[in-house]
Amino acid sequence: MEILLSALTGLLYAGGVYLILRRSILKFIIGIIFLSNATNLLVFLSAGIIHGKPAFINEHEPDPNLLADPLPQALVLTAIVIGFGIVIFTLALKAKFFSATSTDDSDELINTDQ
Amino acid sequence: MLIILILYLVLAFALFLIPKNISKQTPLLIALVQLGIFAFFINYLPNIAAGHVINQSIAWIPHLELNLEFTLDGLSLIFALLISFIGFLVFVYAKTYMKSYTGTARFYFYLTLFSGSMMGLVLSSNFIQLFIFWELTSILSFLLISFFNEKEQARKAAFQSLFVTGFGGLCLFVGIILIGSIVDSYSLSVWLENADVIRSDNKYFPALVLVLLGVFTKSAQFPFHFWLLGAMQAPTPVSAYLHSATMVKAGIFLLMRLYPVLGGTIEWTYIVSVIGALTMLVGAYVAVTQIDIKLILAYTTISALGILTLLLGIDTKLSVKAALVFLFVHAFYKAALFMLAGFLTKISGTRVLYKFGGLIKHTPWGFIIAMLALLSMAGIPPMLGFIGKELIYEAKFESPWVSSLLIVLGVTANVFMVAVSFLLLFKIFWGESRMDVTSALSKYKYLLISPGILALLSLGLGLFPDLLATLIEPAISIIRGYDIQLKLKLWHGFNLILGISIITVLGGTLLFIFIYNNKGAISAWQRINNRLFSIDFTRVFSTGLEKFITFSSKNTHLIQHGYNRYYIITIIIFTSLLLSFQLYMNRGWEINSDFTLRPFYISGLVVIITLSALMSVFSKNSIFTVTAMAVTGYGISLIYLYYSAVDLAITQIIIETLMVVMFVLVLRRLPNFIKLSGRSTKIRDAVIALSFGVIMTFLALKAINVDIHPSISDYFVENSAVKAYGKNVVNVILVDFRALDTMGEVTVLVIAALGVFTLLNLKKSGK
Repeated sequence: MEILLSALTGLLYAGGVYLILRRSILKFIIGIIFLSNATNLLVFLSAGIIHGKPAFINEHEPDPNLLADPLPQALVLTAIVIGFGIVIFTLALKAKFFSATSTDDSDELINTDQ
Repeated sequence: MLIILILYLVLAFALFLIPKNISKQTPLLIALVQLGIFAFFINYLPNIAAGHVINQSIAWIPHLELNLEFTLDGLSLIFALLISFIGFLVFVYAKTYMKSYTGTARFYFYLTLFSGSMMGLVLSSNFIQLFIFWELTSILSFLLISFFNEKEQARKAAFQSLFVTGFGGLCLFVGIILIGSIVDSYSLSVWLENADVIRSDNKYFPALVLVLLGVFTKSAQFPFHFWLLGAMQAPTPVSAYLHSATMVKAGIFLLMRLYPVLGGTIEWTYIVSVIGALTMLVGAYVAVTQIDIKLILAYTTISALGILTLLLGIDTKLSVKAALVFLFVHAFYKAALFMLAGFLTKISGTRVLYKFGGLIKHTPWGFIIAMLALLSMAGIPPMLGFIGKELIYEAKFESPWVSSLLIVLGVTANVFMVAVSFLLLFKIFWGESRMDVTSALSKYKYLLISPGILALLSLGLGLFPDLLATLIEPAISIIRGYDIQLKLKLWHGFNLILGISIITVLGGTLLFIFIYNNKGAISAWQRINNRLFSIDFTRVFSTGLEKFITFSSKNTHLIQHGYNRYYIITIIIFTSLLLSFQLYMNRGWEINSDFTLRPFYISGLVVIITLSALMSVFSKNSIFTVTAMAVTGYGISLIYLYYSAVDLAITQIIIETLMVVMFVLVLRRLPNFIKLSGRSTKIRDAVIALSFGVIMTFLALKAINVDIHPSISDYFVENSAVKAYGKNVVNVILVDFRALDTMGEVTVLVIAALGVFTLLNLKKSGK
């Protein structure tokens, strides 16, 4: 399964890169979401994937080494939340930018003073 | 000695506290302090003359082995005396001179600091510290030259001087570090002890060249002399100080200071003396044809600095002695002449030599002072300048190589000096009186005090040179490393040297008479010079600088073009290359895992995610794009759920839902996508994106189960229930083991929320 999931990660990266290369600012933001999802998956995969053994301390599974690794999960959880914060802020910025300039084209941003 | 420097610093800042009604007396106060410092140093004279050296060392940055180190020996003593004494006279002079200008508080502030940093420079015996003072003098002279900052010329000249001396300063710094790396110390004493090691190291030559670049730029040696001409834009007291005892003399000081460390080699002798000789000739030759009296003096300074450099270059017993005597000679007459030039400009309103005439009737005192100073410059007895010149000739005779050539060059330069001296004296004071200066005379008569004292000193020390001998004797032993019996005499008897002196004076007089009697001579000569020396260094400098600025702005535009997507392309391409290189080098391309489609529902999920991702990327409708993106996110959360990451799945679902809501809210106000890129652009981007995706796939595969360091996960699992009383390990990590990180995360969210709130509110108010 790892190969398929790795390929999915690669696909999400490719989609993200393609989107952030668009001139449309909205597509750029969606590209960021893609990239952050892809990176979360990458970190998650790197610890190895185990089915059905969440990192809960319980009596049924006395050997803690057989549990899923909790550390990457904690990292990814933080990353999801932070990524959300960034995207929401950029989105608000984008909305404000559009109401001021009526454009979605990042090429019109090349000059700072206008 | 540190106390002296602190005194300067405190004094400079205290100037701003002086109440308005007595602020006119400020320069006198500083002058008195300078006199006090002079007295302080004079006190040490018997001690130093007896051969003692006073060292002071204060811990500064001990763990870098950097200390504040000061040394008062024969060499630093004479410079300290010159700086404080001429500083005293300059401030007395400035009181009258600067009366009519505004912003004098700023002026005295700079000038006091300048004095102080020059003093720090000559007292330093740690070279890092010396370099700091060196740069301070550069910066302060920049501020002083640009004092009339409303004049464009002054600003340009100041920038030029900062640029040239700053460049030299950097060279010097590298040179110092090179030498420091040889002996592993920046202390003068260590450098002196290991002088042989330094001279035989293979870093010696580059270090020497760099240090000399610093010295030559500071001391206005050819071809860096042009900044000193621009420095004429400074108020006259500054010019007088810069040219006589400070700034340009800093380079000479450093040459003397480093003579026992770096000097005496063939490289030193050749570079220093050739540059010195060249500067001496160019300065003296060009001086004759100038018409601005301040410029004439500036060129003679350049010539004199050339002589000093030359003397330190030719390696004879006498040359150092001659250099030290000439240092005093030049300091006295040049300060006096600049002050006189300022006085003449004040009373007549002009600096053009040929507009003056017959001033002897109006200001006989001015004439006497000018005569004494100019005779000293020409090297005519009984002035101190005569002794200086005789010594220089003698030193050149002793020179081990090409002494005859040196004599010829020296005589040529001095002939021009004599001619310039006579020309100044007679053009200004003789002939018919063409200007009415009586009204201004009484107003500015105090300007004659300082040059008067200096002229008297030139005369007095010429008649009684033994006083000077006691001063410079300890300095010679510091520079040359051995004691020397010094006899200074005005009258040497009839010998070859006197013969050469007479030839010099006669030649100069003839040249002068020729110029004086032929009105057109100067302009014709200038035309010839313009042909011969068609390089205008100032213009070369400014056009060079302009070209450089256009060049770099073009380059900057090439890299900083402002197109976001090209920045990203650059980053992605370089990241891809680096990643693939590293992957290939460390792990190779082969894949160890087996390909399987089981469990099928996960494979099916991957297909759904892939389809929705593709739809999100390529859809032309923004609602579709966002919805497809949400499907992707939900799909990923299911993957998390299947592979034991319950908390991740929950978080992802919540976040995804929130995100979709936000997007829909915003999308309401946005139009649909418009077509912005052509087909070829899309293909190019797709190729870049796909190659990056492939590399990331490999990275993901290679990253699985790589344990470079032992994981701390086991610690968390073992202690989660025991220490933190929680059974869900992921939650315990977030809120207990790494609670502070979560706190930071919450802060980020709060800030983002505040940002969103503010942005949306801005929109409402429409501002």
